[in-house]
Amino acid sequence: MRKALLGAVGLTAALLVATAANAQNTIKIGLIMAYSGQFADTAAQIDNGIKLYMKQKGDTVAGKKIELIRKDTGGPNPDVAKRLAQELVVRDKVDILSGFTLTPEALAASDVSAEAKKFMVIMNAATSIIVTKSDFSARTSVTLPMIGNTAGTWAAKNGIKKAYTMVSDFGPGHDAERAFQAAFKAGGGEIVGSVRMPLANPDFSAFVQRAKDLNPESIFVFVPGGAQPAALGKAFAERGVDPNKVKIIGTGEVVDETALKSMGAASVGIVTAWHYDYNLDNKLNKEFVKAFNAEFKRNPDFFSVGGYDGMHLIYEALKKTGGKTDGAALIAASKGMKWDSPRGPMSIDPATRDVVQTVYIRRVQKVGDGFRNVVFDKFENVKDPTHGAKK
Amino acid sequence: MNSVVASAVTPHGYLQAQARWSPLEIAFWLAAFLPFVLFPTYLSLANQIAITALFALSLDLILGYAGIVSLGHAAFFGIGAYAAGIFSKYVWGEPITGLVFAGLCAGLVGFATSFIVARFKHLTLIMMTLGIGFLVHEIANAAHWLTGGSDGLQGVRLWPIFNYFNFDLWGYTAYSYALAVLFIVFVLSRRLINSPFGLALRGIRENSTRMPAIGADSRAHIRKIYTISTAIAGLAGGLLAQTTETVSLGSIDFQRSADVVVMLVLGGAGHLYGGILGAIIFMVARDQFSGINPQFWYFPMGVLLVAVVMFLPGGILGGLARLTARFRKNPS
Repeated sequence: MRKALLGAVGLTAALLVATAANAQNTIKIGLIMAYSGQFADTAAQIDNGIKLYMKQKGDTVAGKKIELIRKDTGGPNPDVAKRLAQELVVRDKVDILSGFTLTPEALAASDVSAEAKKFMVIMNAATSIIVTKSDFSARTSVTLPMIGNTAGTWAAKNGIKKAYTMVSDFGPGHDAERAFQAAFKAGGGEIVGSVRMPLANPDFSAFVQRAKDLNPESIFVFVPGGAQPAALGKAFAERGVDPNKVKIIGTGEVVDETALKSMGAASVGIVTAWHYDYNLDNKLNKEFVKAFNAEFKRNPDFFSVGGYDGMHLIYEALKKTGGKTDGAALIAASKGMKWDSPRGPMSIDPATRDVVQTVYIRRVQKVGDGFRNVVFDKFENVKDPTHGAKK
Repeated sequence: MNSVVASAVTPHGYLQAQARWSPLEIAFWLAAFLPFVLFPTYLSLANQIAITALFALSLDLILGYAGIVSLGHAAFFGIGAYAAGIFSKYVWGEPITGLVFAGLCAGLVGFATSFIVARFKHLTLIMMTLGIGFLVHEIANAAHWLTGGSDGLQGVRLWPIFNYFNFDLWGYTAYSYALAVLFIVFVLSRRLINSPFGLALRGIRENSTRMPAIGADSRAHIRKIYTISTAIAGLAGGLLAQTTETVSLGSIDFQRSADVVVMLVLGGAGHLYGGILGAIIFMVARDQFSGINPQFWYFPMGVLLVAVVMFLPGGILGGLARLTARFRKNPS
């Protein structure tokens, strides 16, 4: 291990010299995301957030030009992500690693960030433990325990006594389930049952039927964004689970813009906890949505805002260090940084380097001729509860 | 395909002539060292190319020589990857024992499934291998407690090779390690192919019903080569797990099975070097194309594949072999 450290230090020194000599006037940011494959749209929306930020704030910071190098992993491919991160560091001599749509890829690249001491900004991947893997990483998206915990607390506070949980069977799903159950029980609620559904192409009807047969007072759901929320919503409608009688509580993915469109009236009454929605009523967000629509002809989503705020963190950290790009200086500059984002006030926790933000409680309602998430409650300065629990 | 060689020589003479190292081959292996000098920043790519080449070589043994088309070969790559990863997590991080363990695990599962594979042919065989691939993928997905499921296996940590060579960020150790394994396996496979056993395999590829008539049991031969091939695939998977210190479902999915068939078709099946060349071309092209456009790089890859299959039916090596054969006939 000592040898490994020595080697890493020697290598980093060599790299730093090389970088310093090479990049007097540019700062290179390597973006590692799944630009192709089934998660391509996620990457596209993050990229849009990045592009918009750079268009608004210019491409120079602290007198240096920002250059982006985009690399495609093609889906959940941690081995590719790790190689790309290595190559970005040794060949392209990037100063900052960023992007990271998917948890396994972020975890694999964290090794490189830790070894090469490169500042790493996670713009999406939402499993709690990622930021613990490298001392030079910070996150600007969200973590699921943060959301699950808030949802559980809210449910218990609002007179719900019994809940059933349904989550996808993978890291973020487990995180969400644990956090919801812990917070709900702590508030005096009772978990009447839980189920983990397969991540790939599940048929929800059997799971929904089982939940319905138990006739719980409420159901907590988490499925990853994409095609699944709509399929789940349809299963609820088909099996006759009425969100007005059985409270359906979920995370924001379940009711994102496309999911609401395909669920239609079946979605009315679903309550979710989430950190961003394009309908959020604040001045910054209205400007953000307008500019985003003008540029890309679509609404931003929580992916976009993760990319937008990720760039903000990089820009502000660079301003603080005066353009110095070594990992230690940049992460020191990021710790405790506070700013106003389209999602509301947010900051980087100085202890865990994870995001701290407002979590909104929204209910789906018919607004005009469409369906929207209407905010009716919020929890401010929410931190990831699992980091705290470890200490 | 080597029918050009005079049929008057004795079988032993023929095999010996085949087994001789040509200057071109020696040059090829010397060229494998070039990345250290010429492209030191591409070593982690070179490492993954060497691993993929080893995987393609394993498929070539069954597809190119014994005529077994497999669309589920990644199952064994994945078993090797998970075996190496889990070994380093729960036993110890010594790489070479871990790699041997990976090869053994994959070979064992390969041996078990070889009884099924040896029974079928053509479309049934393809579907069978595809099915085995899906089964293994689903098992890895479901066994979350062991494999990490969709999150990937975490906590893989390797000791330095011989307790001295660290797996560095540049990939010097990783590439040397993968190249050494590739070379050793290549030499062994070459020996195997140029033995009477190898000749029998080619006989099975050409006409599997006739082989038993001359005293060679087709099924027993297929079981043997299939087991050997799966063990090599396991070694390749183990190498990937060890050099990247991560294992995910991506190492076991259909995409990987399909990619390796594409590589073999590109390079030329049944040449030993076909898979290696195909892996080099495929990986370098992918790296370059996806560097130019991270979103739509599959398009030029598709064009390349269609062009090779249309104009060089035997793959690139097959095309070259035909050219040299023609040249030898009329040396004017």
